[in-house]
Amino acid sequence: MWVQVEVFMQTLVAGILLGGLYALIGIGMTLILGVMKIINLTHGQLMMVAMYIAFWMFELFHIDPYLSLFIAPPLLFVLGVGLQKYLVNPVLKVESILPHNQVILTVGIGLVLQNLATIFFTSDYRSTPVDYASSAWYLSDLWAGTPVEISLSLPWTVSFCLSVSITLLLWFFLAKTDTGKSIRATAQDKDAAMLMGVNVSRMQVITFGLGAALVACAGCLFLPIYYLFPALGSQFTLIAFVITILGGMGSTIGAILGGLILGVFESMTATYVGMGWAPVGRFAIFVAALVFLPGGVASLLKSKKLTK
Amino acid sequence: MKKLLPLIILGALAVLPLVGLNTYIMHVIILAVMWTMAGIAWNLLGGYCGQVSFGHAAFFGMGAYTAGLLMHHFGISPWWGLVVSIPIVAVVSLLMGLVVLRLRGPYFVLATLAIGEVLRITCENLTPLTNGTLGIMITRTWVEKTPYYYIILALAALAFVAIRMIIASRWGYYFVAVREDQDAAESLGINTTLYKTIALAVSAVITGLAGAFYTTYMGYIDPQVVFSLGEISILIIMVVMVGGVATQWGPAVGAVIMVLLAEVIRSIPRLGTAYQTLFGILLIVIIIYLPNGLVGDFHKIRRIFRKGAA
Repeated sequence: MWVQVEVFMQTLVAGILLGGLYALIGIGMTLILGVMKIINLTHGQLMMVAMYIAFWMFELFHIDPYLSLFIAPPLLFVLGVGLQKYLVNPVLKVESILPHNQVILTVGIGLVLQNLATIFFTSDYRSTPVDYASSAWYLSDLWAGTPVEISLSLPWTVSFCLSVSITLLLWFFLAKTDTGKSIRATAQDKDAAMLMGVNVSRMQVITFGLGAALVACAGCLFLPIYYLFPALGSQFTLIAFVITILGGMGSTIGAILGGLILGVFESMTATYVGMGWAPVGRFAIFVAALVFLPGGVASLLKSKKLTK
Repeated sequence: MKKLLPLIILGALAVLPLVGLNTYIMHVIILAVMWTMAGIAWNLLGGYCGQVSFGHAAFFGMGAYTAGLLMHHFGISPWWGLVVSIPIVAVVSLLMGLVVLRLRGPYFVLATLAIGEVLRITCENLTPLTNGTLGIMITRTWVEKTPYYYIILALAALAFVAIRMIIASRWGYYFVAVREDQDAAESLGINTTLYKTIALAVSAVITGLAGAFYTTYMGYIDPQVVFSLGEISILIIMVVMVGGVATQWGPAVGAVIMVLLAEVIRSIPRLGTAYQTLFGILLIVIIIYLPNGLVGDFHKIRRIFRKGAA
C-alpha cells in the first residue's frame, strides 16, 4: 500500500517538476500567439539552438549550463527579433490564397534550423557531463518522520526553482513596466493599442524576441537533465503547442497551468502505461482539450470568475 | 488544344518507358508521379477547401500499413492493400473529421499535426501488430520498374480526373466558398461541415492509395518513414506550395521539382546532407515571393522575365 502511494507521489512530484519547465516553454509560445496571432511552429527548434549554445559554452569554456542563462537568452532574443523583422513581417503583408502562410513559414524556418544543426553538430546524442547531474536529495532529509519517501534529482529541482523565478520576473515585467503593459495591450486589441499610442509593430518584434528568449531559458534549464540532439526541436514544438491549447491560446496563466497538467499527465502515463506511450498521452489530452475545452484552462478560470 | 492537354501529357507519359530509361531515372519518375498523386489529394482539402492539414502522413501511413500488414499477418498480396485501404482510410478519416473539422484555422493545423504524430507513435509502440520500429519488409512483385510505373500512372491519372470533376461540379464551388468565408458559406445554405468532411474523406482516400502503392513499390516500411512529419506531411504541403495552391497542374509541377531537387541535391557530395536546409529556404522564398506557387503566380514570373529581356 505505502509503496504504491510512494510511487504515486514520486510520479506526481516528477510530473510537477517537469511541468514547471514545460510552463516556461508554453509561456513563450503563448506570448507570441497572443500578440502576433500566429502559431510559432519553430519554437522547439529555437530551444534546440539555445541548448547547443549552452552546450558549446560548457564544452569549450566550462561555463555551467545555468550560467548560460545569461548568454543564450540574449542571443536568442536577437535571433527572434531578426526572424520576426525579416521573415515573418514580410509574409504578413503578402496576399495569398491560403491564410496559414505564416504557420508554414515557421515550419520552413524550423526545418532550416534543425538541418543546419545536424550539419554543423552531427546528429549525435549529447549530454553535458555536469558533476551534479546524478545527485539527489530526499524528503526524509527535510522531514525525518515522513511516511512516504520521495527522492528528488538535484538538477531537476534547481531547474524547477529557476523556472519559477523566471516566470515571476516575466510576470513583473508584463504587469509593472511600460513595455510589458504595451505588450499586453497589443495582445488584447491591436487597433485600440495603436490608437492609444503604442508602437504595435515594435511590440510585435519585442514579443517575438522575448518568446525566443524565454524558450532559450527553458533550453538552458533542460540541458543538465536532458540529452541533446538536433531533432529534439520538433518534439518540443509539439509540446509547446499542446500546452498552449491546453492553457487557452494567448493566456499566460493558462500556459503555466497547462504546462503543469501536461507534465503530471505525461509522468503518470510513463509510470502506469509505459515509457513509449507518454507522447500518446500528451496528444490524447491535447485532442480532448480541443474537443471538450476549446478555450483551454483559461476559459474555465474565466467562467469561474477566478481571474478578472 | 487546351482541352486535349491532359490527354497529350498522359499519352507522352505512357510511352515514356519505351524510350529505354535506366532504372534510376524510372525510380525518380515513379516517385514524382506518386507525389503528384499525394499532392493532388492534399490540394483538394488544403487548396480548394482551405483546410490546411499538417497530418496527411496519417493517411499515407495508414494506407502503407494496410498493405504491409495484409502481407505480414495473412500472407495476402499487398496489392489488395490498394483495395482494402480505401474503406479503412475512409472510416478513419471520417472519425478524425468528427474531431478536427470543428476546428478552424490554426487549431485545425495543430490538430491534424497531432493526429499524424499520434498515429506514428502508436504504430511504433504497438509492436505485436505493426512490428514496431523494426518495420515491415515484404517481397516486391517485380524487379523491373515499368509495371510499377504504369500502375502509379493509372492511379494518379484517376485521381487527377476525379478531383478535376469534383472541382468542376457544384461541390467544387462549395469547397471554394468554405475556403473564402466559412460563415458566409454557411449563411448561404451550404452545409459546411458536410462538405469539409467530403473533402477530407476524398483527400484521405487518395493519399492512402498513394501510401499503399508506396509499400508495394518500396517493399519496406517503418513508422518513422511513412508517418513522418517532415518527409511526408510537410513534403506534401511543399509539393503543393511550390507548384501552386488550388491549381490543377500545381501538384504535378511541384512534385517534379521537389523530387528532382531532392535527388539532385542528395547526389551532390558534401552538400547532400543539407537538402532539408535548402527545402526550408525554398519554402521560405516561395511563401514570401510566390505565395500562390509557380503555376498560380505564373504571370508574375513571366512579367519578371519580360522585364529582364526588355
